[in-house]
Amino acid sequence: MNIFQWEQNPWGQEILIRISWDLFWISMAVGAVFIIGHLIYRAKNPPAKAEGAVTEASAAGIPNKVVRHSVSSRLFHWVMTVAVFVLLVTGFFPVLGIQFNWLAIHWIAGLAFIATIVFHIVHASFWLKLRDMWIDGKDWSEWKQEMRRVMSKGGKGGPPPPKSAKYPVDQRLFHGMISVAAFGVMLTGLVMLLRIDTPLFTRNPYLFAESTWGLVYVIHGLSAVGFVGMLMAHVYFAALPEKRWMTISMIVGWITKKDFVEHHDPERWVVTEKTSE
Amino acid sequence: MAVIRDTIPAFELFQPSSLEDALALRRRYGKASWAYAGGLDSLDWFKDRIKRPDAVIDLGGIEELRGIRGVPDVDDGVEIGAMTTLTEVATHAGIQSKFGLLSDAASKVATPQIRNQGTIGGNVSQDTRCWYYRGGWPCYRAGGNICYADTPTSINREHALFEANRCVAVNPSDTAPALIALDAKFVIQGPGGEKVVDAEDYFLTPATDITRMTILEPDELLTSIRLPGTWGGARFYFEKVRDRQAWDFALVSVSSAMKLSGNLYFDGLVQQYTIEDIRIVVNAVGPRPLRLRDVERQLKGQSATEDVGKAAGELAILGNRPLQHNAYKIPLMRNLVKRAIRGA
Repeated sequence: MNIFQWEQNPWGQEILIRISWDLFWISMAVGAVFIIGHLIYRAKNPPAKAEGAVTEASAAGIPNKVVRHSVSSRLFHWVMTVAVFVLLVTGFFPVLGIQFNWLAIHWIAGLAFIATIVFHIVHASFWLKLRDMWIDGKDWSEWKQEMRRVMSKGGKGGPPPPKSAKYPVDQRLFHGMISVAAFGVMLTGLVMLLRIDTPLFTRNPYLFAESTWGLVYVIHGLSAVGFVGMLMAHVYFAALPEKRWMTISMIVGWITKKDFVEHHDPERWVVTEKTSE
Repeated sequence: MAVIRDTIPAFELFQPSSLEDALALRRRYGKASWAYAGGLDSLDWFKDRIKRPDAVIDLGGIEELRGIRGVPDVDDGVEIGAMTTLTEVATHAGIQSKFGLLSDAASKVATPQIRNQGTIGGNVSQDTRCWYYRGGWPCYRAGGNICYADTPTSINREHALFEANRCVAVNPSDTAPALIALDAKFVIQGPGGEKVVDAEDYFLTPATDITRMTILEPDELLTSIRLPGTWGGARFYFEKVRDRQAWDFALVSVSSAMKLSGNLYFDGLVQQYTIEDIRIVVNAVGPRPLRLRDVERQLKGQSATEDVGKAAGELAILGNRPLQHNAYKIPLMRNLVKRAIRGA
């Protein structure tokens, strides 16, 4: 198995072409192994309830519906989902041998993806709280508690699952990782647009040397196959019954008072009028 | 850069005597197999050591792939086995009388020796002649990520005006555009049985698959070409412009089939016919034979005159994107289309 594809150019130099497509299968396999592993673990250790009982006192002042995702956030998420789906299909199906006129669809979907990400950055910077997604000391404590619980035979004898701020630490970690992959495909994808015919600008495949282009292709490929594994895990968690309340909130926008009290720390996610419905 | 050596790399040679066996071998070896028809394209690749198949399947011993016969269930149609030589196609009386366009195109392929050896199936399925690609350079078509023919200093006078998509190579076949003009159907056998595709749909552009020129999968074989009687006896025109009249690939070629109405009228002293229907295809200007659908639409109901031909030529070249050295193909194509309409 190779990690990269190399070729010899007309001057006899070994040049990097792109990643080996074996990595696509490895990413799929890693995603599948993770999912199977988690399913086995989950079967042996059913999900536990978060720390602290839900009492009237803890539920006081919490509205019946707590807004978790605004309309703009949900719109962003789903438009991006469609763009990513189209990008993966147009990017990988030809590699798998399913041939169609993919390139135009791919770059147009790529631009749509970039547009959603730019929107998200602006939206998150000015309308949402950036800190909600950043990982700070408390999140690490939450992570450690979660890990201690997992390591202690699924919570038997270990601490209860921690209560999180608006986003649990695992979601924040996922967000961080997928952001790296997203920037990888976006930045290299933008540069690769220069190599093909689009109505946007005059094509210039000679902006970089062959070896640099090879590097661009490698980063694009690595980010893309990384996306595959991460998205498998993302979809898997979204489908789990104990996470369904979060998945539904990405559709309807809010979570129930009960879910809020059960899973969130009101001191770390302060419910305001804006987040009440 | 490829270096021609005295011997070709080793491979397993199979000489099946039935289509079934050939298909079984294609299935067994898949991408590592090579369907060998006349060998005129294949041997170049092998000697240059650029294509190195594990198994070469010589189709020469399969009788059912040879010959010209009537098409079952299609009146007035003709079926040509994929292994029929170009000489047989060019000299067959039935083809000459009804589908003169094809015999004309086949007779213009290379030299008599090559036509004696080369097959119709091989001629339509041959790979592009882009020398950067055939030289073994790691271009897009060879699986790399660059087109060496599309740089400011490339020698690209033979390359594409249309439908280039990263790769600028052109389809070199003479018979392929004629077959599209005749509305031929290509019969492909594979693991899923027989499939019949329009000649036009047999060819791919790099936008769909940059490494292949046809839809033929590694486990499939082109077994025959069917010519429906629809265009039999129409007015045909084939012209191929090349650097050397004796033996060369087309710089541009045009193939047309026109159905003209019986009503003729006089414009001065010149007889003029009305174009009832037309199919016109230009090759060597793009990665696949380029059917000029807009031209066809515009020409229906027009008279086949010099002026109409001229207008058709102008329409045909719309959307061209010349490279550094191939802009001469634009007037060439315009004039060939004009000549096809007026009938030379």
